Amino acid sequence: MSDTTLPAPRNALRAAQLKELRGFAKRFARNPLGMVGLFIVLLLLFCAAFAPWIATHDPYLPTLTARLSAPSAEYWFGADELGRDIYSRLVYGSRLTLLIVGLVIVSSAPIGLLIGVVSGTVGGWVDAVFMRITDVFLAVPKLLLALAFVAALGPGIVNAALAITLTAWPPYARLARAEALIVRNSDYVAAIRLAGGSEFRIIVFHVIPMCLSSVIVRMTFDMAGIILTAAGLGFIGLGAQPPLPEWGAMISTGRKFIFDQWWVATIPGAAIFIVSLGFNLLGDALRDLLDPHLRQRN
Amino acid sequence: MNLLNVENLHVAFRTEEGTFRDAVRGVSFSLGREKLGIVGESGSGKSLTGRSILGVLPPYARMSADRLEFDNIDLRDASPRLRRSLRGSRLGMILQDPKFSLNPVMRIGDQIVEAIRIGNRRMSGRDARRKALETLEAVHIREPERVARLYAHELSGGMGQRVMIGMMVVREPDLLVADEPTSALDVSVRTQVLSILDELVTRRGMGLIFISHDLNLVSKFCDRVIVMYAGRIVETLQADRLQEAQHPYTRGLLSCLPSINRSLEPLPVLQREASWAELGQ
Amino acid sequence: MMIEIKDLSVTFGSSTAVRNASFSVAEGESFGLVGESGSGKSTILRTIMGLNWNWSGTIRVADLDPARTPRKTLARVVQMVFQDPYASLHPRYVIGHQIAEPMVINAIPNVQRRTAELLDLIGLPADFQFRYPHELSGGQRQRVAIARALALSPRVLLLDEPTSALDVSIQAEILNLLNRLRRELNLTFVLVSHDLAVISYMCERLMVMRNAAPVETLTREQLRAGDVADGYSRQLLAAS
Repeated sequence: MSDTTLPAPRNALRAAQLKELRGFAKRFARNPLGMVGLFIVLLLLFCAAFAPWIATHDPYLPTLTARLSAPSAEYWFGADELGRDIYSRLVYGSRLTLLIVGLVIVSSAPIGLLIGVVSGTVGGWVDAVFMRITDVFLAVPKLLLALAFVAALGPGIVNAALAITLTAWPPYARLARAEALIVRNSDYVAAIRLAGGSEFRIIVFHVIPMCLSSVIVRMTFDMAGIILTAAGLGFIGLGAQPPLPEWGAMISTGRKFIFDQWWVATIPGAAIFIVSLGFNLLGDALRDLLDPHLRQRN
Repeated sequence: MNLLNVENLHVAFRTEEGTFRDAVRGVSFSLGREKLGIVGESGSGKSLTGRSILGVLPPYARMSADRLEFDNIDLRDASPRLRRSLRGSRLGMILQDPKFSLNPVMRIGDQIVEAIRIGNRRMSGRDARRKALETLEAVHIREPERVARLYAHELSGGMGQRVMIGMMVVREPDLLVADEPTSALDVSVRTQVLSILDELVTRRGMGLIFISHDLNLVSKFCDRVIVMYAGRIVETLQADRLQEAQHPYTRGLLSCLPSINRSLEPLPVLQREASWAELGQ
Repeated sequence: MMIEIKDLSVTFGSSTAVRNASFSVAEGESFGLVGESGSGKSTILRTIMGLNWNWSGTIRVADLDPARTPRKTLARVVQMVFQDPYASLHPRYVIGHQIAEPMVINAIPNVQRRTAELLDLIGLPADFQFRYPHELSGGQRQRVAIARALALSPRVLLLDEPTSALDVSIQAEILNLLNRLRRELNLTFVLVSHDLAVISYMCERLMVMRNAAPVETLTREQLRAGDVADGYSRQLLAAS
């Protein structure tokens, strides 16, 4: 809907948007814990992107002579029950973690956002129907629904992601609806209505941009939860299947040796802990900056 | 003897960039048992000046002063405990928005009763209740019995403001800081509220600091007027001699107000000069 | 008559927000609605604009019935400026975009040039179109809101307390701007305010409202001469 066809205004507009972004980055940089979170998340992305170069061993190649060997110069974080390098498996596992998180977020957040925004903006019976559907999904215990779903479709990463999605979208719908209820009554939306703007234009260009920031904050917090749920499914054997180096599955196999070879289960556990902490710290910092209820009107 | 002495008051805020910016810069004044008006536009520091006296600045603000004395009590390094007890009895504040000052989960009547009994512990519950209803009546609330049973969110803006005033007045403080106390009120009620405040000053010898953006109202109601601009005092005037103001800012403010009997020519627009904001004039 | 309102009543649930209001405004005239908060004056404006549903009576704006006229047709006849300049601009879009959007919606050509002209008309430099609302002061935001309302070249402007959230020195600038625009563009105004002085400065005629009902209709000359019949109007007059 941009009507800026001349090159000069487009540049000026881009410059203005860049300036906003820089201001945001500057305020973000002032939160040290947020920076720690951002660093952890970037590290995860880096590991996933460059796994073949960072890893020291083949994550799938068993070396039976090195079975359960302790952390050493050769095996930085030790080796597992088949003599596979835990460090390398961890690095490759970051890809699986990101895959699940990505699949769940990409499918659940837009669905929730759309349902919530339409519900809140249109109101009436649309609102009633959408919100009752949301209630039904919210009423089912999360892990139970995911378990049932995976049990029906068979274990596997994509099915695990689907199962988590099924339970992850309702909070987004609730959140987006609450924001939309406020935005739809605002004067700037009234002004667009008075200019003859359609409901579609109001929802897409005016309500959604205002809901996005809280959805992004919620998403960041959710990522930590998704990682934990995925690891949980992996742990009980319904997520990623062997020999995939999924962190939850790694803990599961390592638990047999937890008293004698602690590193087999502890190292992937620490990875899960650090990554969820990273997403939580990042989410906290973003909320401080983006939450309309915390931010002061200047 | 002065009730309140303020010398060289500074209030600074942490900005988005992390540096400190002075919002009140070197304000000095003293107050007897009189009605002192502080006027200025938004951002002039008038509300912060009032809040500094009560010690209710936002946490990200920093305050300093050479002297800040209420009845010979140094307020600068008063303990939180002393401040609280002063605020409960001898210092009062009426805020612009009553929604933030009333307890949202307590009935209006109970809040007033509590205020009364903090001031006078020996009063019986029944007497306090009766006095609370009288207070509501005194601030011209119709059906005080009904209103006493309401919660803060059930009050209209003007009603909340009057309840707030009633709660402050019932404590009969020695010094009352009123920040835009009448801007949410209807004209008819405004006059009555002003007369209640006036009575407290003349009868009980209370000191009143009346913060407002409305020059005309302040000049009609107060004894003295302080005009603030960009965090400092540009002029102090006797209220009845406002029309003789010397400072171009005060004169500009007066002339840009529309009034019923003036010409329909374009209103003179205030031309701000950088020198007004400079210190040491 | 540009605007004719007859026996307008508006209800919200069980409460009546406006009771039997009638007035008419000639083309090019400026009409004031004055009263306390909750007296129903803003509700009248919002009802004229079609933002309220439960009303009875007759409304005609340039012989159009807002309830039966397509939004886009009505939009080119009458627009509204809101009270709070901090809430009436979308925080995520640059100023130029917000002024241009009504024109984009209504497929008006030369949006770029019109936007620049509108900024010039309201007295803001052209490069302000690339600023975000939070970079503007309250007075500047209100100017932008006025520019957006003028984007479709309406004949009537409904102004809901356009200066009550602003400092008095800024109020003077906005009132001067509105008067100039009315003269230059031959606009018809309906101005709502709680401030009788503002109304008497801006409007040739006015209606005093109290508790959802009209009290009396006065001309500016009557007001200036103190020729006021009703006790409540007299109170308002005395207070200002």
